[in-house]
Amino acid sequence: MTESEIAIRVRGVTKTFGEGASAFHALDNVSVDIRKNEFFTLLGPSGCGKTTLLRLIAGFDQPTAGRIELEGQDISHLAPFRRPVNTVFQSYALFPHMTVAQNIGFGLEMQDRPKDEVRETVARMLRLVRMEALADRRTDQISGGQQQRVALARALAPHPKVLLLDEPLSALDYKLRKDMQIELKRLQAETGITFVFVTHDQEEALTMSDRVAVMNQGAILQVGSPREIYDHPVERFVADFIGDTNFIEAELVADESDGAGTARLRLATGHEIATALPEGMRAPRHVTVAVRPEHAAFAAPGEPAALAGRVESIVYFGTDTHYHVELSGGGRFVLRRQNSRDAAEILATGVDVAIRLPRGSVQVLRD
Amino acid sequence: MSERASFDVRKMPGFVAIAIATFLVLYAPIVTLVIYSFNSGMSVAMWEGFSWRWYQAAMQNQQIQDAALRSVIVATFASVFATVLATMAALGTTRVRPFRGQTAIYALINQPLMVPEIVTGVALLIVFATVKQATGYSGLGYLVLAHTAFCIPFAYLPIRARLEGLDRSLETAAADLYATPWRAFRRVTLPLMMPGIVAGAMLAFVISLDDVVITEFVKSAGQDTLPTYMLGQLRRAVTPEINAISTVLLFISVAIVSAFFVVNRKKA
Ligand SMILES: Nc1ncnc2c1ncn2[C@@H]1O[C@H](COP(=O)(O)OP(=O)(O)OP(=O)(O)O)[C@@H](O)[C@H]1O
Ligand SMILES: [Mg+2]
Repeated sequence: MTESEIAIRVRGVTKTFGEGASAFHALDNVSVDIRKNEFFTLLGPSGCGKTTLLRLIAGFDQPTAGRIELEGQDISHLAPFRRPVNTVFQSYALFPHMTVAQNIGFGLEMQDRPKDEVRETVARMLRLVRMEALADRRTDQISGGQQQRVALARALAPHPKVLLLDEPLSALDYKLRKDMQIELKRLQAETGITFVFVTHDQEEALTMSDRVAVMNQGAILQVGSPREIYDHPVERFVADFIGDTNFIEAELVADESDGAGTARLRLATGHEIATALPEGMRAPRHVTVAVRPEHAAFAAPGEPAALAGRVESIVYFGTDTHYHVELSGGGRFVLRRQNSRDAAEILATGVDVAIRLPRGSVQVLRD
Repeated sequence: MSERASFDVRKMPGFVAIAIATFLVLYAPIVTLVIYSFNSGMSVAMWEGFSWRWYQAAMQNQQIQDAALRSVIVATFASVFATVLATMAALGTTRVRPFRGQTAIYALINQPLMVPEIVTGVALLIVFATVKQATGYSGLGYLVLAHTAFCIPFAYLPIRARLEGLDRSLETAAADLYATPWRAFRRVTLPLMMPGIVAGAMLAFVISLDDVVITEFVKSAGQDTLPTYMLGQLRRAVTPEINAISTVLLFISVAIVSAFFVVNRKKA
């Protein structure tokens, strides 16, 4: 990605709370580039530092070390009111002594935009979030979903370069949340503003984002498209946090016949699979590999099988079925198959099965 | 067991009798005072018929007019000054990280609540006497200054309570939306703490209006406020005129304190 495509550049940012023995690194040497016009999501469990990173970008806190750039300009120590970055707060933080319209116009007013422009933009924003009818209501007289939309409109009105959203949907019920997810995507496309979205909901992250950064304990573990993150997790935490995963122990072996960056995995059964290696990893060594339940398949009789075992239980989910297999070498393996009406054979519990791991279904994890 | 499921003070023997006696002791004198302010005779103990006579007399009494005006001037200035100082003190004690000596600061601000008024009165008398001699100034300034001092804690408490209940993320949101610290204060913090400020000012006003002890020590000759004037009158002949002034003061205080509760209860 070239310099001019980057909206936010975070370089080696550390944020430490407290001092001495009680010092705590909420962020530890974090670096990430967020592109212009992208829907970028920070995903991670509670307490991993998502809000902390957002607050540093917004300017509510200062990094202990490292720098943050906005379109090439160092903003690490710029006051929040000087940054063309707006935030949708998790608690909304709407001004209770102002109407919906006054809330939305606040940022423009503080920028000393002409009155006409403020009025026009507020009207446009009200239309955008479909709140025209409630423009003159006090903000404590509207519903949670409506407050959420006002918070969004208020942050969008000054047309910031970057919009930060801290779990804006977590307070909403399921149905409203689904609607707002679509709404957010629409708004992002219509405004062309870079969105940095925080969530600890993996499904939300996968469905909405252009790219996702998975965080844990103050570090960014992996950045990539939802597909990359899901199909090619590089660490055990990422594979485990997103979706369901089987973890298998294996030996990594290589000889001259393997190209650079590739090697073969030798499973407990002796079966070998060619695989790509994570950057910097060398064979031979012991590794853990991740296999998504839907990427594995049952082997037909005579087909070379990677794993063998016995079906322990079968759980029917409507669109698909989960087969829990007790592996003969010990351990469990879950296999997911799409249900179709012309499925040939129907497996039963207690049946011995062989499992095939097609090319690309196996992901070698860094420790 | 069921009839003794919870302790209820209202079920104690004699509760009703004690309650009635308490209210009687508290309010009977006040009610009597108000009733006799309408007495047409000279006595504050013998009812002779209804009249507005003493209200008219009080209103036409030049000394009372002067004292009332002085009371209002002193209370107005003192409550405004006290409220401004209390607002700054409240901002200084809640809008900062906890610092060393914060408790000492609270104690200092609330000192007038703890030091006996008579001690403050004597102390101020001595200080102001020296200042008067040195500067030759003997105006109302001393009273305003003294009243401001003891009104501060009364203004401070409701303002601070309001400020502590104020969501800090609103100020953060204002800063996020391009408001400089001053404009964030003007447009967000100040309007939201206004009910506390108004309540504090009203409380300070009533407290100042009411004061006898410190005023008695600090005032120069001919600087009677309404309460000290009344005290002076009591040493001579007591007429229902005193009742009339008391009744007016009573109603002003009750009105302001009621307004205080209304304002203070209003949620942002
Ligand atoms: N002001 C602070 N002082 C001390 N520790 C803090 C402070 N703010 C955050 N932390 C700590 O830093 C860590 C990261 O906090 P942060 O709020 O960024 O988490 P998060 O990823 O947003 O979590 P959540 O999903 O629960 O909102 C937490 O362990 C938190 O306790
Ligand atoms: Mg958070």
